[in-house]
Amino acid sequence: MKKAVALMLTLMMVFAFTVLFTGCGGGDDEGNSDSALKAGFICLHDENSTYDKNFIDAANAACEEMGIEAVIKTNVPEGQECYDTAAELADEGCGIIFADSFGHEDFMIQAAKDFPDVQFCHSTGTKAHTEGLDNYHNAFASIYEGRYLAGVAAGMKLNEMIEKGDITADQAKIGYVGAYTYAEVISGYTSFFLGARSECPSATMDVTFTGSWYDEAAEKEAANKLIGRDCVLISQHADSMGAPTACEKAGVPDVSYNGSTVDACPNTFIVSSRIDWVPYYKYAMQAVLDGEAIDTDWTGNLETESVQLTEVNEQAAAEGTQAKIDEVKAALESGDIHVFDTSTFTVEGKTLDAYDADVDTDADFTPDTNVISDGYFHESEFRSAPYFDLRIDGITTLDEQY
Amino acid sequence: MSNPIKEPLLHITRRKEMPAKKAWAIRIGAIIASLIVCAIVTTLTTGLDPISVYGAMIDGAVGSSRKVLILLKELAILLCISLALTPAFKMKFWNLGGEGQVLMGAWATTVVMMYLGGVLPNAVLIIVMLIAAVGTGAIWAMIPAFFKAKWGTNETLFTLMMNYVAIQLVAYFIIVWENPKGSGHVGIINQAGREGWLPNIGTNSYWFIIIFVAIITVGMHIYLQYSKHGYEISVVGESQRTANYVGIKVDRVIIRTLLLSGAICGFTGWMMVSGSDHTITTTLAGGRGFLGIMVSWLAQFNSIAMIFAALLIVFLEQGAAEISTSCGLNQSYSDILTGIILFFIIGCEFFINYIVHVRKSAGKEVA
Repeated sequence: MKKAVALMLTLMMVFAFTVLFTGCGGGDDEGNSDSALKAGFICLHDENSTYDKNFIDAANAACEEMGIEAVIKTNVPEGQECYDTAAELADEGCGIIFADSFGHEDFMIQAAKDFPDVQFCHSTGTKAHTEGLDNYHNAFASIYEGRYLAGVAAGMKLNEMIEKGDITADQAKIGYVGAYTYAEVISGYTSFFLGARSECPSATMDVTFTGSWYDEAAEKEAANKLIGRDCVLISQHADSMGAPTACEKAGVPDVSYNGSTVDACPNTFIVSSRIDWVPYYKYAMQAVLDGEAIDTDWTGNLETESVQLTEVNEQAAAEGTQAKIDEVKAALESGDIHVFDTSTFTVEGKTLDAYDADVDTDADFTPDTNVISDGYFHESEFRSAPYFDLRIDGITTLDEQY
Repeated sequence: MSNPIKEPLLHITRRKEMPAKKAWAIRIGAIIASLIVCAIVTTLTTGLDPISVYGAMIDGAVGSSRKVLILLKELAILLCISLALTPAFKMKFWNLGGEGQVLMGAWATTVVMMYLGGVLPNAVLIIVMLIAAVGTGAIWAMIPAFFKAKWGTNETLFTLMMNYVAIQLVAYFIIVWENPKGSGHVGIINQAGREGWLPNIGTNSYWFIIIFVAIITVGMHIYLQYSKHGYEISVVGESQRTANYVGIKVDRVIIRTLLLSGAICGFTGWMMVSGSDHTITTTLAGGRGFLGIMVSWLAQFNSIAMIFAALLIVFLEQGAAEISTSCGLNQSYSDILTGIILFFIIGCEFFINYIVHVRKSAGKEVA
C-alpha cells in the first residue's frame, strides 16, 4: 500500500513537472480567433473516415472564415461519451456544439436539456421537431439530389459499357454497399438508383448492408461479394475506403460518397456526391453571433451549395458525363424534375399516389404524415433528415443482416 | 568455437524474493523510462514538443472538475470489473469472460428497464434491475464454472466463448429494440421519464458509481484477505490437491467464487446502464473485461493496489483522447504512447522476477 502511494506520488511529480508547460491546445488557434464565440464539434470517427473528414474539413473551413475558434473532438462513440464530451465542450465555453453521427442524437438532447444556454446542432438527426427544445436543432441536406446526379453518371457509364459490348443491357447490374437499413440509407440508394435508371432503363441493383458506419474490412468484403455477383458498377453509403479500394483492385467503376477518392482509385473513380456542411455551420454560428434563433430543422440543397458533386474523373467516366450532370442539375433546381417522381418507380408493381411516412419518430414507427403529393415523394420537407423508406422494384436487398 | 559446451551470451534464472523497495524502484524506473521513450518517439515522428503533448494529456484527464469526475467514473467501472475478476484469478480460474458477464448484466438491466419502466415505482424498478443484473451476470459466470467443477472442462476457452454468445445475444436484442428500425442503435432508454435511472447528483449520477465501487473495493479486500472464503480461494489457487487434503470442497469453492465474480460483473453492467449510459450497445463493456485482467495482474490481486493500476490505465486513456484534439494527432498516436508505457510496466515485472546473467568471459566452462 505504502509503496503504491509512493509510486503514485512519483508519477504525479513527473506529470506535475510537465504540466508547468502549456499543452498543444490554444496556441495556434487563438491567433486567428477574433470572436467571442467558440464552437465545439463532436465526430464519431476521425479523418480516416471519409464521412468524418468531410465534417472536420467543413468545421475548419467555416471557423477559419468566420474567425471562430474550433474545438474538434474525434472518435466519440454513440454513448455516454458523447454526453460527457458535449458537457466538457460546454464547460470550456463553447457557445455552439455540433455532432455528426445519427446515434449521437439522444445524448445531444440530454446535453441540450442540461445546458440551456448552449446551442446544440445535430446533423442527420430526426427528433428536434418533436422534442420542442429551443437550443436543440437538426440539420441535413437534400443529398438525395446529389446521389441522383451521381446516379446519372453511373447510368451513363453503364450505357457506355453496353455500347462497347462489354455487357448486355440485362447485365447492367449495380452493386451498392449500405451501412444500415433505415431511411437515411434507403433514401440514398434509391435516389442513386433512380438517377442511374433515368439514363440506363435496364439497370437493376443489389444492395448489401454491413451493419456499421465504418468497417473497412466488411465494406471491402461487401464490395467484393457484389462484384462476385456480377455487379458491373459499385457505389456505397458507408464511410471507409473499403469499397472504393476493392473496386480499384478489381477494375470495377465506383461512384463514391463523402468526397473524391480519385487519389486512391485513379482508374475506377467516376464521381462522388457529398454534403458540404460549411453553409450550415456558417449559418448556425452566425445566428448565435447575431443572437437569432437557429431553425429547428435546416435542410441544405443544391441552391445553398450544401449538396455538392466532386469533379468527374474523365479517366473512368463516360464521355459527356459532366455536361449531362449540369443539365440534370439545372432541371432539379428549377423543379422540372423530381428525384422521387412517382411515375418513375413502383412498389410491388404499383404506382403510389399516397404514402404515410414515420416523420415524427416514435418507438412504434407509427406512420404519421402523407408525403406523396403532386406526383412526387416530398423528401426532407417535413423534417431535415430523410424518411423515404420504400422498397422499390428493381432493387434487391441481399441481406438485412447485422 | 573450440569448446563443445558453450555458455550462452545471456542466461536467465528465477530470482528469489526481491526486496520490495528494490522492486518498486524498478517499477518507477520503468515508468520514467517509458515516458522518456515516448518523448523521443514523439519528437522524432511528429516534431512536436513532447512536454506539450504530456501537458495536453494531463489537461485531458484532469483539466476540469468535470474531467476529474469522468476520470473517477471510468476508474470506478474498470476497477469494479478488475475486482470482479480477481477472486477467480487468485483461484487460478482463468475467467476471460468479464466482457460477456458485464454485457449480460447490462442486458438484464435493459430488459427490466424497458418492460417494467413506468409499471413499477422508480425505487422498486431500480432494485429489480439490480437483482436481475447481478443474477444474470452470476449465472453467466457460473455456467463455465459448473462445467469445470463437474467435468474439468477448459475454462479459458469456455469463458472466452461465452463473451461471443453474450455479444450476439445483445446484438439480437438491439435489432428488437432499435429505434428507428434499421438504424442499429437503441438510443437513450426512458429519456423522457427517466424510469430506472439512478438519481442525479448535479447533472449526472456518477457519484453513485464511484461510491458503490469504493464500497466493493473495501469489501473485496476484506473478503480476500481476512475471510475464510478468501483463504479457501488462496489454497485452491496454490494447489487443488492441498485443498482437497485439508477438506476444502474444491468444486464448491470454484462455483461459489465464480458466482461472486459474475455477480460483480453483472453489477457493473447495471451501474453502466442505470447510472451512466442509459442505453445498450454491443461495445458497452468496451474491452474492459480484458483490461481488467491486466489491472488485476499488475496489482498482483491486491484490491487496494488495483486502484492505482486502474488509475494509471484510465488516466492514459482519458488523457490520450485529448492529444488528438489539441495536438492534431490521430487517435492511433495515443494508442502508441499507451502501448509503449504498458510495455515498460509489464516488461519490468520480468526483471523483478528473473535475473539476466551476461556471460563474463568466453571459453569459461560451465559446471
